[in-house]
Amino acid sequence: MYDSGKVILGVAVFLCLASFPAWYNVITSKADYRPDPVIVVSDNQCIESTQYMREYHMQLLKEWRDDAVRNGKTIYTASDNKTYEINLTGTCLKCHSNKTEFCDTCHDFSGVSPNCWDCHNIPKSGK
Amino acid sequence: MEIDRRKFLQITGLTFLALAAKPAFDLLPRPVAANASSASQAEAKRWAMAIDIEACKEGCTDCITACHRIHNVPDIGNRKEEIKWVWKDSFANSFPEQENRLVESTFQGRSVLLLCNHCDNPPCVRVCPTQATWKRDDGIVMMDYHRCIGCRYCMAACPYGSRSFNWKDPRPYINEVDDSYPTRTRGVVEKCDFCEERLARGDIPACVEACKYGALIFGEMKPEMEVYKVISSNFTLRRKAELGTQPQIYYIL
Amino acid sequence: MIEYIFKGGKRYWLTIGALALLLMAGAVAYLMQWNTGLAITGMSRDVSWGLYIANFTFFVGVAASAVMLVLPYYLHNEKAFRKIIILGEFLAVAACMVAVTFVLVDLGQPARVFNMFLYPTPNSILFWDMVVLSVYLLLNIIIGWVTLDAENKGVTPPGWTKPLIIISIPWAISIHTVTAFIYGGLAARPFWLTALLAPRFLASAFASGPALLILLALVMRRWGGFDTGEESLDKVAKIVTYGMITTLFFLLLEVFTIFYSQEPEAMKHFTYLLFGLDGYYGLVPWMWLSIILMCVSIVALLNSRWRRNPAVLSAVCIAVLISIWIDKGLGLIIPGFIPSQSGYIFEYVPTFPEIMIVVGVWSLGGLVLALLYKVVLGVRKS
Repeated sequence: MYDSGKVILGVAVFLCLASFPAWYNVITSKADYRPDPVIVVSDNQCIESTQYMREYHMQLLKEWRDDAVRNGKTIYTASDNKTYEINLTGTCLKCHSNKTEFCDTCHDFSGVSPNCWDCHNIPKSGK
Repeated sequence: MEIDRRKFLQITGLTFLALAAKPAFDLLPRPVAANASSASQAEAKRWAMAIDIEACKEGCTDCITACHRIHNVPDIGNRKEEIKWVWKDSFANSFPEQENRLVESTFQGRSVLLLCNHCDNPPCVRVCPTQATWKRDDGIVMMDYHRCIGCRYCMAACPYGSRSFNWKDPRPYINEVDDSYPTRTRGVVEKCDFCEERLARGDIPACVEACKYGALIFGEMKPEMEVYKVISSNFTLRRKAELGTQPQIYYIL
Repeated sequence: MIEYIFKGGKRYWLTIGALALLLMAGAVAYLMQWNTGLAITGMSRDVSWGLYIANFTFFVGVAASAVMLVLPYYLHNEKAFRKIIILGEFLAVAACMVAVTFVLVDLGQPARVFNMFLYPTPNSILFWDMVVLSVYLLLNIIIGWVTLDAENKGVTPPGWTKPLIIISIPWAISIHTVTAFIYGGLAARPFWLTALLAPRFLASAFASGPALLILLALVMRRWGGFDTGEESLDKVAKIVTYGMITTLFFLLLEVFTIFYSQEPEAMKHFTYLLFGLDGYYGLVPWMWLSIILMCVSIVALLNSRWRRNPAVLSAVCIAVLISIWIDKGLGLIIPGFIPSQSGYIFEYVPTFPEIMIVVGVWSLGGLVLALLYKVVLGVRKS
């Protein structure tokens, strides 16, 4: 290999720079930060378990979206056989009406910007 | 080195082939999906609307106001980017093929209520490249605003000008947003959906409910339904019926 | 082979720099469109397609026209095209990319473009157009690059390119036919509802594409020191001649059918295009310019002495390009929407940002073309 010294040095520098966020977080212990979404619920129980909602709410919402818009299904039967109306604003945001303290906390942390709210309204009670 | 490049091309080609094959697999019927749709088809419905041109009061816009309010249809304020679900136009513009002095004199100066015709053979559905618009089993031509890519092919294909495009963010142009119904985002096409959200709750469309003169008759196309009776017992026109779109809005003369 | 694009004279870098600047200007305009929406264009509820789709149609034609070199060379062993054929194939690559980019910039939700492949819809012509254009682009990249690579190494191209080349011939016809079907399959638009649309598209493509190729070959000869040979240019010019004659003939066929039959709906659109309607004349000067240029270029091209004069030939080729760009661009798209479904006339005028985006997409094509042609020059010189 030509210029093996330079190549190896270059690769090493690149790896250091590329892994910068990882070791910077470890050193400064910034990685320990956990977002803490505030839940103000009138009902104590979400439609599924907290753990499930945390991990799969996006898949669930996509399912709801297709069911409501495309499959003409308006009722969701949860795993405990309770039924809920499939409606983002009317069902989800009724409890989670505090978008900034609830949704945005984690979304901002993980750097995602779902475009749900381009169309779906946040109830006027809380913004 | 040279062989690497060739290999690269081969791999690239195979990758594209695989990408192209995936949708083909998706098209294969899946047993689960097939069962689900046949179950909902068990009770085949067909919604339709009759509009009594003479009963429709000149100058009244109650139905338009009601529809646009509950569906958060923006009032853009210029013709270029106008968005409308229902609107009124002159008889001559609505039925250009009826160039007949007699009919024109009878309906001279009358305006006609126009909306999506919810065609049985909708050209907009035929051309949509993403199935963002499709015809439901009950005949409603639906829009999925989540899927629309904004190519506006449906606007070119619709013979009735029933489709509006969001040239910009519509929210600043909505007087008062009704929380219970979503707005649209810029870059998608929108239109009347026969108030499918109200039908799901057992209500009639907002325009029909708002009409004080009984000019709008809505219901299933079944012999015992009023809409069926008025259509079969009166002379009706359908807009550009000669195009074979089978519009399901019937105008009673 | 790719290394040739990094070694060039002052003129080469100036060209690249100028194209890159224009591309950036277009990108800035596109950023505006991305942030605000398509409201920054002149398109409207009534005229819902404009300059972007017009250019898309035109460049699909330019891309398809490569077949007019490939077919005589590979099927009829037309030796005169030996040196120019690679220019045609790479022009097809650039034109194809430009065409696809014009569709992308026309989308209201460009981030969702992959929905076309996630939810493939065989009943939509637009879906098929994307399929045939993507495959055609790949075909030309592979064929052009592999044959040039073989030439670079002084070997014969690998055998597997032969079937690809044969496939690319009907495929070129298909891209423009499918593009014509986008418009020609709409009962709602009497202006486009004609089986003659695909033949019209192909005829005008066989004029505009080769005309652009002649211009590029002349530029390469004048400033690139690469001569494709006098005979090849004359043969391509003859293709342009008959492409133009057929284009004009087909246009006259449409005009006869529409105006003699007096079918009111279709006639309104043609009246607006050719003579103006209800006091609106937006497209009339453009369309007549196109028709006059058609006639003038046909006369000039039929005269073999003029056709063989590089100065006259390049002027004629520019005339052909302008004429077809109008005829198959704005003159094809806009009258389809005017008057509207309800008989209204809402004229279309492109806005400045819209034009800048168009210029940006053109420069993207120019840039791709300049780099590819630089490789050709490098290979031929070494």
